[in-house]
Amino acid sequence: MSDLLQYAATGIALGSIYALVALGFVTVFAVTGAINFAQGEFVMLGAMIAAQLVHAGMPLPLAAVLAVAGAALAGAALHELGLRPALGRLSPLGLIMITIGAATAIRGMALIAWGTDPFTVPAFTPGPSLDLAGAAVNRQTVWIVATTAIVLALVWFLFQRTATGRALRACAADLVAARLVGVDPRRMGLVSLTLSGAVGAIGGVVLAPITFASYDMGLMLGLKGFVGAVIGGLASAPGAVAGGLLLGLLEAFATPISSGYKDALAFVVLIAVMLLRPGGIFRGSFARGRI
Amino acid sequence: MTRGDVTAVGVLAALIALAPLVASGYQLSILISTGLYGIATIGLVLLVGLARQVSLGHAAFFGLGAYVSGLLATRAGISPWLTIPAGALAAMAVAYVVGRPVLRLHGHYLAMATLGLGIVFQVVLNEWVDLTRGPSGFGSIPTATLPLPIAGGETASLYLVWLAALAVLALSLWLVRSSPGRALRAIGDSEVASELLGLHTADWKLRVFTLSGAYAGLAGALYANYVTFLSPQPFGFIFSLELLVMAVVGGLASVWGGMVGAFTLVVLTETLRRSLPEWLPGSSGELELVLFGVALAAMVLLRPTGLVGLAAAGLGRARSLRAAPATAEEPLHAG
Repeated sequence: MSDLLQYAATGIALGSIYALVALGFVTVFAVTGAINFAQGEFVMLGAMIAAQLVHAGMPLPLAAVLAVAGAALAGAALHELGLRPALGRLSPLGLIMITIGAATAIRGMALIAWGTDPFTVPAFTPGPSLDLAGAAVNRQTVWIVATTAIVLALVWFLFQRTATGRALRACAADLVAARLVGVDPRRMGLVSLTLSGAVGAIGGVVLAPITFASYDMGLMLGLKGFVGAVIGGLASAPGAVAGGLLLGLLEAFATPISSGYKDALAFVVLIAVMLLRPGGIFRGSFARGRI
Repeated sequence: MTRGDVTAVGVLAALIALAPLVASGYQLSILISTGLYGIATIGLVLLVGLARQVSLGHAAFFGLGAYVSGLLATRAGISPWLTIPAGALAAMAVAYVVGRPVLRLHGHYLAMATLGLGIVFQVVLNEWVDLTRGPSGFGSIPTATLPLPIAGGETASLYLVWLAALAVLALSLWLVRSSPGRALRAIGDSEVASELLGLHTADWKLRVFTLSGAYAGLAGALYANYVTFLSPQPFGFIFSLELLVMAVVGGLASVWGGMVGAFTLVVLTETLRRSLPEWLPGSSGELELVLFGVALAAMVLLRPTGLVGLAAAGLGRARSLRAAPATAEEPLHAG
């Protein structure tokens, strides 16, 4: 029993990060129609910038804020340099290649800036693991889950209760109609990429203390986040979050069976979901196209 | 093949045949790499440029050809002359089997699915230690020797690789001008319209995917024969990406683009690797990643027809593009 709880706690922590990445994928896809292959690189940027600044002696909260701002800026730059000139002009294939190119360039720049050695980040609140009904739960896990919950609440508020959120949802629902009522889809594209950069980086900052931060961590996290988004149907923000959490749990419970093949599992799930339930595994309003 | 293509292939064959007389060992190794990657890249040009189906997992087919060929030669002691075709056939068979379900997907989904397959393949290489020796890899793969009185392993490898590369080039040039090529181009333009014209689009997509898998497997088997050592590390996502960059930089609208792109990237990478430490002391191959990324994005944005398209436009007689309908000249543009 305590073993199961242990795996569940690990799974929810991991799944929270996937959920944040998945949320970024869905937001950008809904507004611009592009799958942003650089999504995982935002997580890497968040983790690496925070690690670098903490090592330079900066207090953690300030380092975290700067890291998130840096990744948001990277998202904005990707939109302005890569996507804005291409949207509406290039096929999905062309858009894929642009974001792949951007992701690779970001990874290369991180390699030049920070080298191949992984960085460590101290836990936010060091101390012994918490005891949860017999399962030892890492304190950082609590930070990850709590931070994710707060971010999701803020994003929900942004989407549902602000004018910008309404404009974003309008673009996702119908681009032409959104333009007719005065929404500028290009500006909303910029907003969606900046937002997804910030959300991904927050995941990176809280994740860094329990894994190492390294220049190449973004690829796998990005892909896992995409799997989460596909499980949720690729068009629904709540679906993406649920999909990310589900994948995290699945991986955590598969780890004791075979840790080596754990990474392959996500892609088997991905291909199975895409072929068998291309609209995502959830039914009803939960999966309906909305962000 | 047009008459121009025949002449060009003939000239290329003559240049390769004479290369060992004038080129250094290092230059020969660049030509060998160009041939190896060119074979795989031409497969991607047919898949991505003609039929517009993307693959981000072609490193897996390359690696599969390499591992099947290398393992058969070292474990079973079979002659390289048999293991190289076996590697190509194994990749072809796997491409056929995975292609049928995966090619039902479109656009982003297909990209992610092929990417996922590539990662699953690399995980298997690392984990199935009994068969593959895991992450540490294995060496001492016997090489094929040509029945020719030529000195030097580099020359023999050059001839073997380019024998295959020229055959692949000629076959592909013929293919794009024949009815299969027209069918694939029609599918690239519009799958719905092709289906209405009576083309079995699923079958055609599977055929071109299988062929490009076979090309990649052949290239991989020749690679194993050339480097004589294999480990899972080179056959990851970055390599799949490199192959795609080669295809895009060379030009997706022409089979020649595969060769041009492979040559350009090999030379560029080698030049960077050699001269970067002089410009930027302490740096090694790290800028490669940035270069690949920026080259891919910039080429797609600014020159979707690649270097071949650029050259053709520069010469003012877009020969390699002329036979294709107007839309196929811009394989990445929204239809």
